[in-house]
Parts: sequence; structure tokens; C-alpha cells
Amino acid sequence: MAKTKIESDHGLNVRMFITGLSLVLLYAILVTVMLKLGVSTVVVVAVGAALLFSQYYFSDKIAMFTMHAHEVTPQQEPRLHEIVDRLCALANMPKPRVGISEMDIPNAFATGRSPKSAVICTTRGLMSRLSDEEVEAVLSHELSHVAHRDVAVMTIASGVGMLAGLISRMAMWGAMFSGGGRSKDGENLVLLEMVTWLVSMVVYVIAFLLTMALSRYRELAADRSGAILIGKPSVLASALVHITGDMGRIPRTDLRKAETMNAFFFVPALAGGTAATLFSTHPSLEVRLDALNKLERELNG
Amino acid sequence: MGLRDTLFGRTKQVAPKLDNLFAVTNAAITLDTELDLATSGQAGLCFAASSGVATVETDEDIKQLLDFDPANTSVTLSTDDLGFRWLVVTDPDLESQVTRLHAANTSMVEHGLGPRLLCAVFGFQPKTPPGEGPVRLVYLLKQGTFYPFAPTGPSTRNNELELRVRSFLGTDLPMEKDLSRWMALWNLPVN
Repeated sequence: MAKTKIESDHGLNVRMFITGLSLVLLYAILVTVMLKLGVSTVVVVAVGAALLFSQYYFSDKIAMFTMHAHEVTPQQEPRLHEIVDRLCALANMPKPRVGISEMDIPNAFATGRSPKSAVICTTRGLMSRLSDEEVEAVLSHELSHVAHRDVAVMTIASGVGMLAGLISRMAMWGAMFSGGGRSKDGENLVLLEMVTWLVSMVVYVIAFLLTMALSRYRELAADRSGAILIGKPSVLASALVHITGDMGRIPRTDLRKAETMNAFFFVPALAGGTAATLFSTHPSLEVRLDALNKLERELNG
Repeated sequence: MGLRDTLFGRTKQVAPKLDNLFAVTNAAITLDTELDLATSGQAGLCFAASSGVATVETDEDIKQLLDFDPANTSVTLSTDDLGFRWLVVTDPDLESQVTRLHAANTSMVEHGLGPRLLCAVFGFQPKTPPGEGPVRLVYLLKQGTFYPFAPTGPSTRNNELELRVRSFLGTDLPMEKDLSRWMALWNLPVN
């Protein structure tokens, strides 16, 4: 892969390494426990791998389908293509396919198993809310995801979590059978069963939280590289303010057109606080703005 | 909606809530002191122009129904691009705008046109132009709530200004809490 002109952040690298390491450690502990219990792993691993592979291989199609997005040609969306062309030239990357979703919710995403097969996609709501400069900043963030191969990284990370979940269930069965084979002591069997169940649940929860943490670090890393690529962290910050939080929820749809659709609108209750942050795939707006501010100072200092 | 209405697929028609309209005059004072905005001298009432119900399809019928003097040019009826009817009152006095719109609303409700009412709009403009551009206060008749609408172009709006208006008017007006209901009204005939 060609070296891309996107600089790295050491603090982030260290934290990502630790998060990744913790995931692997967790997996190792689980496997050890499981082998002690004498479970055959072949079936579990095969099923998990198949699921993961399809999730990874069809990532672009899945994401495009759920966002009601379709690919567009340079003739259809000259402005969008022009921005992507310019950014790819800047970052020395192959140009991904470009897609558009007709949704009014401001959002953008990049997906695909490799930089060559990647798709970068925005919604109409995002394009109409942001200035050209801000759209460029958001696309630059998304291109960083492509450069960082985040689809592959997150698939592997969530795959480990998924495997942990599957294996915990198998471990439970294994505990029951092997325990039953050794003795007919009912009390021991129940106790063993409960302990494995408890351990596996704890393992699963920790794996999930770590995956979410990893995802948040990847977002910050993409913010950083994206902002460095265009050289203007403040533009990305302003784009984030415009599309997240209160502003992102104010619609562009006309009241007269939406009158009959009102019943279908569904707004999730937004909960603040740490629980929401802990289970979130994206860092909070304040964290992202702080990081971008710091970057702005570094670039200007 | 009750269980029986759900079972039989019936919807109750929501009666428009008119009383909150009068709160606009209080809000105008706050808009004046905090955001330097004054009434633009126009207010409008938007309703759907569906057929049926009553024989009030011509402009004259509606004007008569609303007890307006046919010679009075300060009230105009128009149809917008999306096929909705607008009754626009031009009057430099905000209180008088509110009273006349309220009377029009009440009259339409009495004649069974309540379900067709969509919203009322009050225009506000910066006292020292250009300022931050015009702001419309939209009153959702079915919800009984207000929200600001500050268009900056044919399909762009100043969300920042709108949220600021909300923060100032929160105590004066029943503001619409659900931001996804702050629908745009592009190209509306009320200045």
C-alpha cells in the first residue's frame, strides 16, 4: 500500500494498542478456560468466521442498503466528485466510489473491505446543511477511515467479541457435559454451570465495552488525520457542530410536504452522562471539539 | 386514541389550539430587547386547499366567511407552489395581527375547517438591517407550540439563530420541544 500523507498521533497509537492488546488477552484467557473444560472449538470458530467474513466482505453493500444510498457518477454529482478527487490527490489514495443517500439526516460514512473497493457516502441532509468547505472536512474524515482500514480493524475487533460470546455459550455446554461425565454430583454440576455462565457473561460485556472504546479511538484518529489533511481543524469542528446535537435534528423538510408523515417520525430519547458515552461508537462532541482545538493550536504554534 | 379507535382504524381529528396565539405579543418584547427584532408587519395563516367539506373554494367565499371587508387590501389570499392556501394579514401593529388571525381561525373552526388548518406564521425583521436576517415564528395549530424559522436562502436556514431564539423565548412561549418538528416553510408568502 502506498504511504499516505496522514500523520500519526502517538498518544492515540498507545491507547489503541492497549485496547487491542486487552481484547487479545481476553480472547486468550477465554480459550485457556475453554480448553481446560475440554470443549471442541471447531464448530464455534467455523460459524463465527463465516459470519464475520460475510460481514467484512459485504460491508459496503450492507451499509449502502441500510442507509438507502446509491452510487453516483461525476455527471450526476459534479461538486461531490470534485471534492473527493481533490482530497484523494492530496492524500495520495486511490479514489473510492462515491455514493449519496437521499435521507435528510446529516450523516456520512465510508465502508468497503479495502481502500480499492471502498465507498464514501454522504446524505442529502449533510450536503444541504454544510458549506463546501465543511463537506470537504467531513469527507476528509471519512477518507481517513478508508486509509486506516477501519472496516477491517473493527470487523476483527467486533469479531473477537462475537467469538467470545459464542464460545461462552459453548463453554457452558461443555461444562455441563464434562461435569456430568466425571461425577453424578448434582450440586457440583450446578455450581460449575453457574460459574461458567457468570464468567462468560462478564467476558462478553468487557469485550463489548473494549470494542466500543476502540471504535471511539478510531473516530478521534480519523478526525485528526482528516483535519491535518485539509490543514484546517476548525472547519471540521464547525461541521461537527452543525451536524451533531440540536442543529442536526432540525429538519430541512418542508412542513407542508411532511404534514402527513409526522406520525412516522421517530426521535430517540437522547440520554447524557457516562453510560451513553461508554456504549457509544462515537466520542462525545465535546471530546472531539477539544481534540480538534488542541490540534489547531499545534498546527498554528 | 382509544382501543376501539385503534381496532377500527379511526383517527380523531385534532382540534386546533388557538389560545396560545396571544402569547406572541409577550414574545415580541423579548425579541425586541434581546435580538433586536421587530414585527415585519405581516402574519399569515396556512391551510390545506382540499375539496369538499363546504363550498368555500373561492377567495370571495373565504373572505366573506372571515368577515373581512372585500375592499380591504390588507388581507390577501394566495395559493403557494405546494398548493396550500395562505391568508396574509398586513398590519403594522402586532396585537392587531394576532387578533385578526385568531378571529380568522375561530371562524374557520366554526365552519368545520379546523382540521385543514396547518400553521400560523408571524414575520419578524431586524430593526437595523441587515442584522442576522429575518425570523419567522411558526405556530403549529395542532400541537399548540411555536418554533422559529430563519431562512437564509431558497433551502438553507440559520439553525444557530433559531436555537438562540428558542433560548430567549422559552419562558414566554410554549416552544416545540421536539426539534424534528421544526419543519421548514420554504418560499412562504409571509415576509
